[in-house]
Amino acid sequence: MALHRRLMMVLLCLALVGLGGIATAQKETEIRIGVYEPMTGAMAAGGQMTMEGIELAHEQRPNVLGLPVRVILVDNRSDKVEAATAVTRLIQKDKVCAIIGSYGSALSMSGGPVAQSAKVPVMGCSPTNPLVTLGNDYYFRACFIDPFQGRVMAQFAYDKLGARKAAIIQDIAQDYAVGLANFFKQAFTELTGDPKSIVAFTSYQTGDRDYTAQLTYVANAKPDVVFAPGYYADAAVLVTQARSLGLKMPFLGGDTFEAPEFIEIGGKNVEGVYFSTHYSADAPVTPTSEKFVALYKTKFKTAPNTFAALGYDCYNLVLDSIERAGSSNPKAIRDAMAKTKDFVGATGIITLDANGDATKSAVVLVVKDGQFKLVDVVHPR
Amino acid sequence: MTLEIFLQNAANGITLGSLYALLAIGYTMVYGILRLINFAHGEIFMISTYFAFYGTAIFALPWQVSFVAAIILTALLGVVIERAAYRPLRDAPRISALISAIGVSFLMANLGLVIFGGRPKTFYRPPIFQAPIELGGVRVVALFFVIPLLTAVLLVALNYIVYRTKTGLAMRAAQWDFDTARLMGVDVDRAISITFAIGSALAAVGGIMWGLRFAEINPNMGLFPGLKCFIAAVFGGIGNISGAVLGGFILGFGEIMLVAFLPGLAGYRDAFAFIVLILILLVRPTGLLGDKQRVKV
Repeated sequence: MALHRRLMMVLLCLALVGLGGIATAQKETEIRIGVYEPMTGAMAAGGQMTMEGIELAHEQRPNVLGLPVRVILVDNRSDKVEAATAVTRLIQKDKVCAIIGSYGSALSMSGGPVAQSAKVPVMGCSPTNPLVTLGNDYYFRACFIDPFQGRVMAQFAYDKLGARKAAIIQDIAQDYAVGLANFFKQAFTELTGDPKSIVAFTSYQTGDRDYTAQLTYVANAKPDVVFAPGYYADAAVLVTQARSLGLKMPFLGGDTFEAPEFIEIGGKNVEGVYFSTHYSADAPVTPTSEKFVALYKTKFKTAPNTFAALGYDCYNLVLDSIERAGSSNPKAIRDAMAKTKDFVGATGIITLDANGDATKSAVVLVVKDGQFKLVDVVHPR
Repeated sequence: MTLEIFLQNAANGITLGSLYALLAIGYTMVYGILRLINFAHGEIFMISTYFAFYGTAIFALPWQVSFVAAIILTALLGVVIERAAYRPLRDAPRISALISAIGVSFLMANLGLVIFGGRPKTFYRPPIFQAPIELGGVRVVALFFVIPLLTAVLLVALNYIVYRTKTGLAMRAAQWDFDTARLMGVDVDRAISITFAIGSALAAVGGIMWGLRFAEINPNMGLFPGLKCFIAAVFGGIGNISGAVLGGFILGFGEIMLVAFLPGLAGYRDAFAFIVLILILLVRPTGLLGDKQRVKV
């Protein structure tokens, strides 16, 4: 009998603990925002720079709806499989209400369907491939997309550099690079009116270190410019090898060239490389740009970069959406996010279109004296 | 394709091939003595580049000192790894040691990420190695001569050590049979330690050449060169030092020529390397210079 009573007590206690657990889960004490970015691997610089911006924005605005915000970071290791796992983990284990990420279009395209099926909204900082948001009503982004970026660089090569023949070396393992290469090709052949104006088209894979064969092939086609979309470390090694093989024409790229590593690895070999990106501290576009530059310089003691600025904007976009939604319900946040209009960010005024993409101006930078210098600002038509 | 372009591609192929060859020697040597595929070879190679990097970047050593220090430290690392991860498994089935090697490889790659950070570092490249040289329209840098020369010197030195010295005799004895060698008074543990020290030092030489050639180093850089050298070693006949050099050259040359003749397939050159591996295993499992498998009785 005594045993029986004791068992009853234990069961009762267990039930109480269980009920208590459910009760605390229902009462929210914080707003959890997930971040999946590459902190290691081939894209580590991009993810780490983005994270600097997110942290800065978090320090500036640590609360929303009267609750503290917790930013939970998961490293996607620049790997497509890890990116999907990271999103799953953020949703299932950390129970986040919104996600920010990821540098690298392929990583975003891998995480996107996971978020979509779990109905958690994602705000991308810098994935520029159009397929990231296409057909995914839970994916948004704070940046322009590659059809625009490809046209900016083709126009720049044609008008400012007087190029009539171009060669392309793309990173075939990255959706970003393959997409951008094709949009550049399309825009460039439209400008020249000659489908043969792309005189050489070849590829490499992320992490390859020897590009001499591709470059020998490109040199033989004698292009006026070489467009080489890919990530910063690979691109820096590629341009270095190009110079030692005697290729003297300008090299062009996209926003992924913007990393201090590009200049460190390339040294004087990457002088004169042009690329398009989202933002330059030398061309502030909004009052927020100036505020961001000042904040960033105080915290990190160096001039800010595009990806930190986009990370800063993304965090604020997500918090804005939560505020407008008035709750931490992912579906409500998603609906508010889709209605983002005239948001004043550090990288420009952001209004999301039906696909969830932003339309913004691009800047063209050049490497000069070991620094990124502003050459041109291109507004969307 | 004009002759000039072909020659340029041949020069590119020799540069890449000699790098593969250099790395494959260390791989094949450990296999030759221990019958252990040291999957951690690529990670030892990676860590050696960081030793050299920190020597010049943090301790501001002259590059010559830093490179020599990196080679010595890497040799010690190899000995430590053998003692910690392989020696306790010497009497276990061979598969256990193989799995231990894979474990060491993962451990070191991840330790590298934690200690060195995920972002790439820039390897110091003394300008002397980057001096451009033009020979009849073919453009190379000074390294083009340094790497094959170094590979040749190391090949001769290694053959001398293995076939002409007491230590080499001990290594070859250990290769046959540990117990019998011990009975004959051979210090098997010492012979194996030396094998690992030499193998790791070779990985370090390869790592330094790799850094000089490509400038960029990161904690994941060991994976693909490791696999390529494994292919080169199998191609040449695993365990055979001259075979590894031959395999390395053919692999590097083949990769370059694939891209040169079929630029549209340039993205698939790694696939090419693995197809070579499969074909070799199917057609000639012992490799080009490998001897027939001995069966221990």
